[in-house]
Order: sequence, then C-alpha cells, then structure tokens
Amino acid sequence: MDRMMGLINLDQEYHVFNELTYFRNNASIPFAGRYRLIDFALSNMTNSGMEEVAIFVRHKYRSLLDHLGSGESWDLDRRHGGLFILPPDWNDPSDRSRGDLSFFHNNRDYFNRGKANHVLVSGSQFIVNTDYKEAFNQHIEMDADVTVVYTPVAEVRPEHQAYFRIEKGEDSKVLNITNDHRNLNVFTGVYIIKKDLLMDVVDYCIAYHNENLFADGIKDRIGELDVRAYKYDGYHAFINTIESYYRENMKLLTEENFINLFAKPFIRTKASSNPPVKYQSQAVVHNSIIANGCSVNGQVENSILFRGVEVSEHSTIKHSIIMQRCTIEEDVYLENVILDKDVHVKKGQRMIGTTDKPYVVAKRQIV
Amino acid sequence: MKECVGMLLAGGEGKRLGLLTNENAKPAVPFGGKYRIIDFTLSNCANSSIQTLGVLTQYSPINLNQHIGNGKPWDMDRRNGGVTMLSPATGKHGGDWYSGTADAIYQNIHFIDQYHPKYVLIISGDHIYQMNYQSILAQHKETNADATISVIEVPWEEAPRFGILNTTETLEIYEFEEKPANPQSNLASMGIYIFTWETLREFLIEDANDPDSSHDFGKDIIPAMLGQDKRLYAYLFTEYWKDVGTIQSYWEATMDLLDEHSGSPLSVAREDRSKQIYTNEANLPPQYIGETGRVTNSFINTGCFIYGDVSNSVVFRNVLVKQNASIHQSILHPGVTVGENVVLERVIVMENTEIPAGTQVYATKHAEPVVLNQENILEHFSEMEGMN
Repeated sequence: MDRMMGLINLDQEYHVFNELTYFRNNASIPFAGRYRLIDFALSNMTNSGMEEVAIFVRHKYRSLLDHLGSGESWDLDRRHGGLFILPPDWNDPSDRSRGDLSFFHNNRDYFNRGKANHVLVSGSQFIVNTDYKEAFNQHIEMDADVTVVYTPVAEVRPEHQAYFRIEKGEDSKVLNITNDHRNLNVFTGVYIIKKDLLMDVVDYCIAYHNENLFADGIKDRIGELDVRAYKYDGYHAFINTIESYYRENMKLLTEENFINLFAKPFIRTKASSNPPVKYQSQAVVHNSIIANGCSVNGQVENSILFRGVEVSEHSTIKHSIIMQRCTIEEDVYLENVILDKDVHVKKGQRMIGTTDKPYVVAKRQIV
Repeated sequence: MKECVGMLLAGGEGKRLGLLTNENAKPAVPFGGKYRIIDFTLSNCANSSIQTLGVLTQYSPINLNQHIGNGKPWDMDRRNGGVTMLSPATGKHGGDWYSGTADAIYQNIHFIDQYHPKYVLIISGDHIYQMNYQSILAQHKETNADATISVIEVPWEEAPRFGILNTTETLEIYEFEEKPANPQSNLASMGIYIFTWETLREFLIEDANDPDSSHDFGKDIIPAMLGQDKRLYAYLFTEYWKDVGTIQSYWEATMDLLDEHSGSPLSVAREDRSKQIYTNEANLPPQYIGETGRVTNSFINTGCFIYGDVSNSVVFRNVLVKQNASIHQSILHPGVTVGENVVLERVIVMENTEIPAGTQVYATKHAEPVVLNQENILEHFSEMEGMN
C-alpha cells in the first residue's frame, strides 16, 4: 500500500524574527494564542494519516524539544513509528555531506526503516490547516517522481521572496522552478517524493558537493525528473519575518479567517492545564482571541492573549500580541506591541508601535 | 509495596441532580467550565502524591471510563500502580453489584492486597475541594489511629442534615450520629477516610458476613469500629469544601468559582501552581470574542465564540453565544448554541443544546435554577409563546 512518512526540515528556513528567536528557533515561535508555528506542519501530517514524522533541527531547540515532548499531543507517541527528532551529526570520518544533506545522509536509517514508500517534506513557515491526502492521491495517480505543492497569491509580499516559484505546463507538469518574483504561483515548501528516489537524490547531491537537497537535487534537475504540481488555494499564511508574523496574527481577528484556519481537522498543540479564562468585573473585551488561564480586568481590543496572561484594571491593550504568562499591571497602555513570554509591564507604562513596525519586547523583560 | 492506596467511590447516581445525571454518573457531571466533578478529587490525589488509585464505578460508567482513560492527565499512567477502574464483576464464585460503599471496597480486597499497603484512603468523586491527603495521613500516623475521618464545621442549624461526629478535645471520636435531630457537635463527616488496612480488612469481612448490614462506611463500619473500642480520630478541615449533590448546590458551587474571595479551587489554583486542577484536555482553538461580545465576571473555555452579553456565568468549550443574547448567572455546558436575543438567568444548559432565537428562561431569585436540555427547551419555548 502506498503510504507517506513525514519530514519537517527546519535546516534551510529563511527568517528574520530578531527578538522572537533570541531564545528559540523559528519553528517554536508562539502563534495565534496557544500554538507554535510547527504545530501546523505537524498536525497536517498526522491529519493526513502519517504515523512517522521526523524533524531536522540544528540550532536553539530547547524550546522545541520541550514543546514536542513524546509527540503525545499529535498522537505520535507510538510503539512503531512516531516522532523522531534527528540531529545532523554522526561519527563518520568519510562523511562528505554538507548543508541539509548531512541530515539526510546521517539519518538514512529513519527512511530505510519506515514502512512508507513516499516522503512528504515540509518546513514550518507555511501556515495552513489541511490534510495532504488529495495531493498524495494526485501524486500516486500521476505516478510522479515529485509533487510540489504551490499556492497562487494575490500579490507578492516580502515574506514570499524566500520561496521558489512554480512554472506549470499541461497535466500539472512542472516545467521550471524559478526565483521569478513576478510569478504568483508560490512554492509552499511542501513536496512529496518517492522514498527510493529521495535516497538517490541524496547520493547525487553528496557526489556533487551540493548543500541544498531541494534546490540542487530537484530544482536543478527538473528535466531529468517527473515533477508535478499540486495547487492549494485555501486559507494560508507565510510567516518568516516580524512583519508577516504580526500581520498574520492580526488577520485572525477577522472571524472568517479564524474559522478558516481553525475549522476541522484540528490543529493540535501541547496541552496545558490552565483553567478557563476569567473575565473580571471591569473586563471590556472586543474582537480578540483569548487563551485559557488568562485573567482579564482591563480593556482588550483587536488583540491576542496567550495562555496565562494577566491584565489588571484600567489597562488598555490594542492591536497587540501578548504571549504566555505576561503580567500587565494597572494603568498600562499598549498599542501595536508584541510582548514575548513572561514579560512584566509595570504600572503606568505606555508602549506604542506602528502597524508596519510593531514594538517588540523580548522574553522575560521587566518594563 | 505502596504505603497508601487510594480508593475513589464514583459509582453513585446522584439522583438529586435530576437531569444532570440522566446519562452521567454524578462524578462525571461537567463542572467549572472545563472539568468534571471527579477531576477535583483526582487532582487532589495527583497533588498529594497518591499514585495508586482504584476508581469504583457502577452507575453509567462509560463517560467516566473515557474521561479517566489511563490516568495520564493526573500522572497516573504508571507502570507500577497508577489508576485502575473497578466496576462490579463476576468471578469464579459469582459476583454481584456493589450494594454499599463498604461492599464496594470489600469486593476489591484482592486489588488492595496486591500492593500490600499499610493504609487505605477512601474518598468520593462528588465534592469540590482541595486537600493534601498527606496531611490527614500524617495525623493518622501521629495519633496511631485505626481510622481517621475528615470533618468540617457546619452551621449548627444545618448539622441535622449531616453525619455528625462527637469527639473529645483531642479530636478522638467516641460517637457517630447519622443526621441527629439534636446534634451534640457540628463536625460533619466529609466522607474522606484513612484506615489502617489491616484493621479495615477485618471489619470489611465481618461486615460482609452480616446479613443485616447495609454495607455502608458511615452506617455500619464506623459504628462497628467504635463498638470495639478502636482508635478513631477526626481530622479537622478548615478550607473550602462543597457537596454538589443538588441542582441548587451545584449552581452555588459554580457561583463560588466566580468569587475571588470564596477560596474555591480555581482561584487557589491560579495562585499556587502546586494546586492545579487537571482534566482530560480537549486541545481546541482559543476563544473568540467578537466585536459585539461583552463578558464580565465569568469563566469562558476554549473553542467558544461570544457575540452576546455574558455576565456572572460559566461557559464550557465550543459554545456559541449569538448577538444580543444575554446570559446571566448561568452555566452553559459544552457545545451549547445560544440564538440571538435569548435571555437566560439562573439557568443550566446541558451539553449540545440549541436554544432558539428569542427564548427567555429565568429562575427567580429563590427558586431552584432551571435545567435545560434539547427536549425540555421546546416546552419552555412554547410556554413562552403561550404567554404572549
């Protein structure tokens, strides 16, 4: 039977998150009140029926490991298969691999042992709630070597710059994968590849001293492979900068977008044991997303509060993202602000950013 | 070997909770916005390092079995010990339903014996409170008692409704009176016992062989122990404790949650992370408060969409409150949909009920809160139309 195994490759991701990635890698940036960016890729994989998911991660992964745990939240705590967090190194003096190839080369066991015969590769920055069953069906029906998932965008934004573009011919045949910024068919970083072929591509890339499996082994060899395109045109977000992070969070405050991203199948995240949100007597909350464990006694408008945030009386929060366990004392005014986790804002403070450049406060600061 | 094994009595029907226990055992009734009543006792066990626990079920156990599962939310998914669901079963010598609280433990003597415990903690799954069971165990050891019963002071005028313990100044119990007309003490039993297992085991066997016994801890075991001059002590508990045995007390206990000064478990849990309440988490999206939403002095859980006015209420997961609806002093169980222009006051709405637009249901200040489900909501709706 044809089956997929999952791979979340964090090694080649482009991002500019400044303060938000001082203490964590981009995949574990908190998003939408209770999630981390990686939750979307992970949930989509398990919602597609995959029982084996590997993650390639090189840097700053304490927070990510803490978040993933045994994989239980995504039903990946399995006796067979499950979640594999894979390092790039191996004690092999003959290892010539570079870039993300060292991950592929040094973890061949993961691919060889897996029962699946196809691999779905994804990053963590394409935010979407879907399953890949339809894309997989197309991949099987066309007997493609590789199926790349692309999405047509209405206008090119800075966050799209880092992604390749797909030039498509008849029968979804991919003619070219380019950097043509006028092309609105943006590659999502998600592709399905035959497992045996993937192993051949790994050998090829290492033989030719390549550093990027997709760019060198697939994009540059498009003529030799049967690459097909699958179009995804539902609700999505690309998040790889502070600006896109802020904008995509704020977009969710429109009900339609919120429902589009969070309707079934569910995106899952690490469960916590917070009580429901407590709204106090002076709470005034409009158009906001509030996570459990918060206690609100101030005014919150067009904002996102993560778990365990406390907002004291006579404080106002507008167009802001307040991450886990922040404390806002009395008489505080925040507008267009991002507070990372555990920030404590003292009585009477005012902080105002702009829509294009939100004011960002790094984790655990007292201001 | 385990020093202390917990036995949680969760088989009761809770008849006085009316519709709320139609398809649910009392311990499985939703409470506090995201919990079930039994979560408070289970969390007490987790927070007191009681990691070997038998849960005795009998009435409508399916929800309880699914909810507790392997005990993971309470760290009771242990290879050695952990949580075990104990329903009545047949064996080589037949078997029978649990005919009383003592009989339920008697029928599971082999379960307790396999851990060779020195002490057994007997608790029930129908009270809202936070207690560290290590404290009562410590007193039990200190006094070298055969049994220690947790008590709480109740107002004198209410004492005739409770099982009352008469004690000496050192809290040694000399008499137990079930619902006394003229109480000599206002120390009410909370249904929480620590027994020295060796002693209890003998009394359980003796009780099981007595055809006249009702096999109840309060009515039979405790008086029998007193009759044989065993050492029984009271453990005085002075924090928040509430029996949620009736619709009125269920509603009151919920309103207590909203009062920061009531000392009820959720406000304690916020202050002290070692006293958190754990439950089987649903992993839903955060709640969305719309442009027209207004929420004050309330608890709201994940997955909700609020466009109406919610005050002094507790709202469980996946509830939709539409525009111009007004919810006051009410409890909305999971999956409830409240239509536009609905007015609810002192109402408990059961799981997945859809309240049609324009419905108005009140319970007056001194009346028992109204319980609505999909069947009786239509009656209320037509009554109201008849009034117009």
